[in-house]
Amino acid sequence: MTAPLLEVEDLRVRLRTPRGPAAVVNGLSYTVGRGETVAVVGESGSGKSVSVLALLGLLPERVATVTGSARLDGEDLLTMSPERLRQVRGPGVGMVFQDPMTSLNPVLTVGRQLVEGIRAHGEVSKAAARERAAGLLAEVGLPDPQGALDRYPHELSGGMRQRVVIAIALANSPALLIADEATTALDVTVQAQILDLVESLQADHGTGVIWITHDLGVVAGIADRVLVMYGGRCVEDGTVDDVLERPAHPYTRGLLGALPDLAGDGGDLATIPGTPPAPTDLPGGCVFWPRCPVRGDARCETEQPPLQVVGAGLSKGLPHRAATWCTEGSAR
Amino acid sequence: MSVVVFALVQLVPGDPIRLALGTRFDQETYDALLARSGLDQPLVQQYLTWAGRAVTGDLGVSFRSGETVTSLIAERLPATLTLALASILVALLIAVPLGTISALRPRSLVDRVATVLSQIGISVPEFWMAIVLILVFAGTLGWLPSGGYVGLTEDPAGWAQRLLLPAVVTGVVSGSVITRFVRSSVLEALGADHVRTAQAKGLPRRQVFTWHVLRNALLPLVTVTGVQLAYLLSGVVVVEIVFSWPGLGQLALQAVQARDYPVLQGAILLFAVTFLVINLVVDLLYTAIDPRIRR
Amino acid sequence: MTGAPLPEPAASPTATDAGVRSTQRAPRPRWRETLGLLARNPTAAIAAAVLVLLVLMAVFDETVAPDGPNEISVDDRLQAPSWAHPFGTDDLGRDILSRVVLGAGVSLRVGFLAVAFALVVGALVGLLAGFYGRWVDDVLMRFMDVLFAFPAVLLAIAVLAVRGPGAGNTALAIGIVYVPVFARVTRASVLGVREEVYVRASRSVGASDWRLLTRHVLPNAAPPIIVQTSISLAFAVLAEAALSFLGLGTQPPNPSWGLMLAEGRGFIDIAWWLAFFPGMAIFLTVLCFNLLGDGLRDVLDPRQRTLMAGGGR
Repeated sequence: MTAPLLEVEDLRVRLRTPRGPAAVVNGLSYTVGRGETVAVVGESGSGKSVSVLALLGLLPERVATVTGSARLDGEDLLTMSPERLRQVRGPGVGMVFQDPMTSLNPVLTVGRQLVEGIRAHGEVSKAAARERAAGLLAEVGLPDPQGALDRYPHELSGGMRQRVVIAIALANSPALLIADEATTALDVTVQAQILDLVESLQADHGTGVIWITHDLGVVAGIADRVLVMYGGRCVEDGTVDDVLERPAHPYTRGLLGALPDLAGDGGDLATIPGTPPAPTDLPGGCVFWPRCPVRGDARCETEQPPLQVVGAGLSKGLPHRAATWCTEGSAR
Repeated sequence: MSVVVFALVQLVPGDPIRLALGTRFDQETYDALLARSGLDQPLVQQYLTWAGRAVTGDLGVSFRSGETVTSLIAERLPATLTLALASILVALLIAVPLGTISALRPRSLVDRVATVLSQIGISVPEFWMAIVLILVFAGTLGWLPSGGYVGLTEDPAGWAQRLLLPAVVTGVVSGSVITRFVRSSVLEALGADHVRTAQAKGLPRRQVFTWHVLRNALLPLVTVTGVQLAYLLSGVVVVEIVFSWPGLGQLALQAVQARDYPVLQGAILLFAVTFLVINLVVDLLYTAIDPRIRR
Repeated sequence: MTGAPLPEPAASPTATDAGVRSTQRAPRPRWRETLGLLARNPTAAIAAAVLVLLVLMAVFDETVAPDGPNEISVDDRLQAPSWAHPFGTDDLGRDILSRVVLGAGVSLRVGFLAVAFALVVGALVGLLAGFYGRWVDDVLMRFMDVLFAFPAVLLAIAVLAVRGPGAGNTALAIGIVYVPVFARVTRASVLGVREEVYVRASRSVGASDWRLLTRHVLPNAAPPIIVQTSISLAFAVLAEAALSFLGLGTQPPNPSWGLMLAEGRGFIDIAWWLAFFPGMAIFLTVLCFNLLGDGLRDVLDPRQRTLMAGGGR
């Protein structure tokens, strides 16, 4: 993959909080290719959401400091002018947010919210924009798209609203779609429908997708590659098969172990003891070591492990990398 | 509620007819008046008569002047309404821009100054501010008259001049309350998730602000404005006195001093009814502008 | 597809252990902590200090005041502020500073009495309405609504018209006006905690209503009531001044700030200090109670606290 769609390099986000500066994202680098789906997983507070909000300049300027680079088609999102960034939001990057209940404006009709997005990027007549909005709603599987245009968000169910949010994100055929816990608030059947929808849209438009979730079931179903975040860092990445079937980082293994085993004997759910580190007070050394069940290396406590290749690139020639000192039986 | 109005006022000690007659007291006139006013009837009877008439707009006759209470009130109502509406206008003109700017730059100098000013506005006694303003603008500077009222049709310039100071006094106080409300409301709206959605769509800044922040933030302003208007209708009592503004507040106070039951009852009933009407209008208005409440 | 959620330590305890968390949230009034936090808010701390000073001044008024408040001195009529009379003298030659000092006692006493009345009656009504619900709630709150429908100043005027003027009746009148406010605030907080797990738990082990109310419901309903008290004190002082200004409150020759203002109003053109200093006293007192109320709200109202902590996200 020579020219990735999105190339994020050494992304760092500091937030000013009442409890002091918080290092929320600490040197994140990854790429997303055209038509590729990258899943970002991790617990709450691992910096997943903040890292993508930072890409679009959606963090409050007064409290957030963002450094590094994020090139979309070669153009750095983090340094472009506000006006250029506005132009990129929509046609360049579409974003679907977590909570369908709050991510639509309750006092404007669905149609209006779609139309204004369409008309913000090019001379389109109101009627034409409305036509396209109805088309989009049909595309995301909303029954009676014409009628839905004049409905207010509260008149739609959660699943329907999320489809509207997705329609808004897709309104300008974005090159990159970012979905931040887009299906977490939905029930399982609706979730499945929406995943199918995104996959088919992706096939049609060649859209690159970043899918943020803490749901490994979704990851297995939709992603090409997985990036595991912990403490604002990427602790492991690779293809879905590599990461889910041969997890190298103790944290990833913990996550997988924490999956409830439906076929199992109903025994205790494995959990990772402790809580993620506070971004105001990150441990030195490996970010995971305070909770790590292995701690198999003298450097764990003192030295930050680099992200390095742990196995042979299995599928599609993509590397499988992990940031840990404790890789059992892997290349070292 | 009319029961409460009635009971409240009936409990006023003192014999109103004796007071109305003053020194020209003689038993015959007294008895005649007593019979005519119905004050010799049992209280329940009196209430029923009063309430029955009130429904038809007949609030009785003033002990003092002999005029009907309805006409007395009708005479005073325009002045009070004018003042209340002018005040709310002043209040909104202060509050919406100031509150919005504060919210856009929280903890900035503008915000701090606005916060201090609104805190002062809430704490300042209206009648004192009225006196100080009269001293400065009517006394020292001599720009404006110190009080009184002329009809809009008779002398538009004089009307406006006399309206300005009282409207500013009550407007500043209400405006301070509303400023704080607008600030927190806009601040809350700025942090709403749907604002991020709007930004992510690539809408121009101004459009995001007008349609996704301000519009949502100002919806509840209707309620607050309604409450403030109701408050102003009674809050202007003191200001009416200071500025010799011939409104309902002045009428009510004079009625208390003269123990003029029917007038006091009428005035209080009117205030209470106005309060309810305003609440009703606010509810209706809210239903009209907030799609979430519409059914 | 079966979604298999990862453990979310930050989120899962909320869902599964709501009871445990609620119990932790049932706070003894943490006076130490509250005072500590309040001290870190300079505005509120200064306001509190000024108020303490004011109360002390009101308590030791005779010792603090340079002259007797009603000491008439014809030779010293309408003196402008000077070293001998920092706030000047009035038309009867009475020292205005002394009268302002003594007026503090009157204003504060009426204010405290009014709010105490409103607090006791209102909190009781709110507690009963919120705790027992059903028809008790309906009857009590309907009555409160009616009372609330009357404009405050007018209601007070009507009460004073009934009871006659004077400091005690002024306090009663203002108190009656604020009963519905306290009833509403209390009821809302009671409703908020009534269904909490620890209250239901106590009830299930057979705790009496009285015990439930005093040990669990009241302490939890306290924070908003405390905030409301401070803010109501501000408005009670303001209302007392307004009523006295109208001639319905404190009667002469007692020095009430509102009354002094009314008396000074006639001399505004020739002796501004007569009306200015009492007005300033009212303003500062009201301001301090308001600032203290704001400070208390920041400290005691956890919603606002979390709102500020989450501001960056």
